[in-house]
Amino acid sequence: MKLTHTQAIQTALCLLALAQAGLSHADAQAGAVIAKNGTAGIAACMQCHGGNDVGNAAAGFPRLAGQNVDYLAKQLADFKAKLRTSPLMGPIASALSPTQMKDVADYYASLPGWKPAPGTPPGSALSVRGAQLAQHGNWDKGMPACFACHGVNGAGIAPHFPAIAGQGAVYIANQLKNWQTGARLTDPQGLMKAVADKLSADDISAVSAYLERPTNPAAGATP
Amino acid sequence: MMRWVNRLTQNGKFHPMWIVLAVVSVLIVASVVLIPSLHEGNKEAAYDPPVHTTPPHPAAANLPEPDAGQADAAPIAPATQPASFTPPAESAMPSGELGDTIKLGRNIFVNTQVYAKGLVGSGLNCVNCHLDAGRKADSAPLWAAYVMFPAYRDKNHKVNSFEDRLAGCFRFSMNGTAPEYNSKEMIALTSYSYWLAKGAPTGVELAGRGYPKLAKPPLAADVQRGASVYQANCALCHGPNGLGTQVNGSYAFPPLWGKDSYNAGAGMHSAKNAAAFIRVNMPLGKGNSLSVQQAWDVAAFVNSHERPVDPRAKQ
Ligand code: HEC
Ligand code: HEC
Ligand code: HEC
Ligand code: HEC
Repeated sequence: MKLTHTQAIQTALCLLALAQAGLSHADAQAGAVIAKNGTAGIAACMQCHGGNDVGNAAAGFPRLAGQNVDYLAKQLADFKAKLRTSPLMGPIASALSPTQMKDVADYYASLPGWKPAPGTPPGSALSVRGAQLAQHGNWDKGMPACFACHGVNGAGIAPHFPAIAGQGAVYIANQLKNWQTGARLTDPQGLMKAVADKLSADDISAVSAYLERPTNPAAGATP
Repeated sequence: MMRWVNRLTQNGKFHPMWIVLAVVSVLIVASVVLIPSLHEGNKEAAYDPPVHTTPPHPAAANLPEPDAGQADAAPIAPATQPASFTPPAESAMPSGELGDTIKLGRNIFVNTQVYAKGLVGSGLNCVNCHLDAGRKADSAPLWAAYVMFPAYRDKNHKVNSFEDRLAGCFRFSMNGTAPEYNSKEMIALTSYSYWLAKGAPTGVELAGRGYPKLAKPPLAADVQRGASVYQANCALCHGPNGLGTQVNGSYAFPPLWGKDSYNAGAGMHSAKNAAAFIRVNMPLGKGNSLSVQQAWDVAAFVNSHERPVDPRAKQ
């Protein structure tokens, strides 16, 4: 077969493009299929993580929509590596290939993130204490503000620090307790364990309640 | 050609974003190549008179001498155990005119980039080195400083006011310009410090002042060892190249060196202060987890990099 000059160039470009796409593995559309329909032997993610991909707060199934892509992919790999244990999520993550992990992570990261709902913010004592911890920390125990690492208003700082604002309170509380007991070992440098160890049971209730529906702190007044 | 691009786009295996990515990678490579040569340029410029965008400030002429290497806060063999003090709770801040000024002082302190914009020449905020809005003991808290001024400083052989001390951090730590002594910024910062020190004894060295003096390291500080301490413990937040991490154009994690960091005349540019600060306060939330040796090594590494020149050089 003889290739003309232009055909040769086209073929080369085509191969290059395919190689790039192949290298990245990230494929939001393939991820969407897994999320909505599942795949051989794997349940649809939506079943637990919610029809609108915003989780199931009451059941403690986390919201994945809008979370940063590297964080999501790393968590799936961490479940598989048993750095995080969950009877529900563990087996599912273990069944995913690295490519599938990247694809679903890419899909969920591409969805809109959490936005504060309009309306009167909760002003309960619990939420006020939670806001204090999230925005200012508890330096008596050497604990920085949650938002120092999780970004302004808890929106996350990619790639290492996930968004925590708008995440379900039950799920957040579970994670903080998992760090305290050593059931979750995913955090780089043990940074999150050091924080969780400085939280009392009451602090955990307060900060989880606040983070499920945080208010916007006065503009500029928080670091 | 366009047809297969479309096809690839549709079946999800190709995204036009790749073109953008490719261009960006080329730019990154180019900057990696170019930046070191720019730095070389800086090195030479260090011996030229520094270029000021604003004319010398009247206040600047009065400034205290450098903080570098100076341990104002190290208690000079105190006869007794220093008194302990707890600043008032944030919620106890008064209302009214004074309250508003105190609040402004706090805002300037935690968000200097916004509230004292014109006076800042770095990407830093005061709170980056004086944690918890200037309240945290062992992080050079404002309340412990406030009660120790006016003070005679050997460094410039004169009595310095508290304003002189604030001015020093503006000029060196923030690589900026000192506010006028009766400006709203100076009055607000003084008011905030005054309020934080409410009930503290005047002229008494309080426990938690400055950064706690760190023991000498077993081995002489070493930049090479410091580099590995840095990659393992600091790069996650301050970036592999020490230039910090930005979100929406402002620093979520401040730069430790480079053009947006403190200048070479700053207190943090002395190994003693940097090692002491790092040991107690870094990695964030895990203070005192580094060994004494690691703290000195990583401080030496941080301060071995290029940063804005000391504004007093050749003045
Ligand atoms: C049977 C219910 C169930 C299904 C189906 C399910 N998950 Fe989960 N998932 C969970 C639970 C429960 C957790 C929280 C585990 C814990 O508490 O640590 C979780 C956690 C996660 C996390 C960690 C989130 C975070 O913020 O750290 C990711 C990522 C995740 N799931 C992705 C998926 C993907 C992708 C699928 C589909 C392939 C999926 N899940 C299917 C129940 C499920
Ligand atoms: C010193 C930095 C730091 C601080 C301060 C911090 N975190 Fe974290 N946090 C992390 C890191 C890093 C992770 C990601 C861990 C991983 O990769 O699994 C994390 C993860 C989390 C998660 C898991 C999110 C998910 O989707 O599973 C929760 C919940 C959380 N943090 C809550 C908090 C709360 C509440 C506070 C304040 C009380 C806080 N964090 C303060 C560093 C920090
Ligand atoms: C890059 C770090 C850094 C930044 C940013 C910084 N400072 Fe400082 N500051 C220091 C160091 C180092 C010292 C010296 C501490 C010592 O002597 O123990 C100091 C000392 C002080 C002192 C005197 C403390 C005492 O006990 O004598 C005051 C007051 C002060 N700074 C205020 C400020 C203000 C106001 C700002 C913002 C305009 C600021 N600092 C920004 C590093 C910094
Ligand atoms: C979890 C993220 C995190 C890690 C890890 C971390 N830092 Fe920081 N660092 C911060 C934050 C945030 C600040 C500003 C503190 C504030 O504003 O409250 C800071 C401030 C600083 C400062 C003073 C401000 C400046 O820009 O000069 C120095 C110096 C510093 N860190 C050095 C280090 C060193 C050295 C390490 C490793 C041993 C380290 N940090 C690890 C988050 C981190």
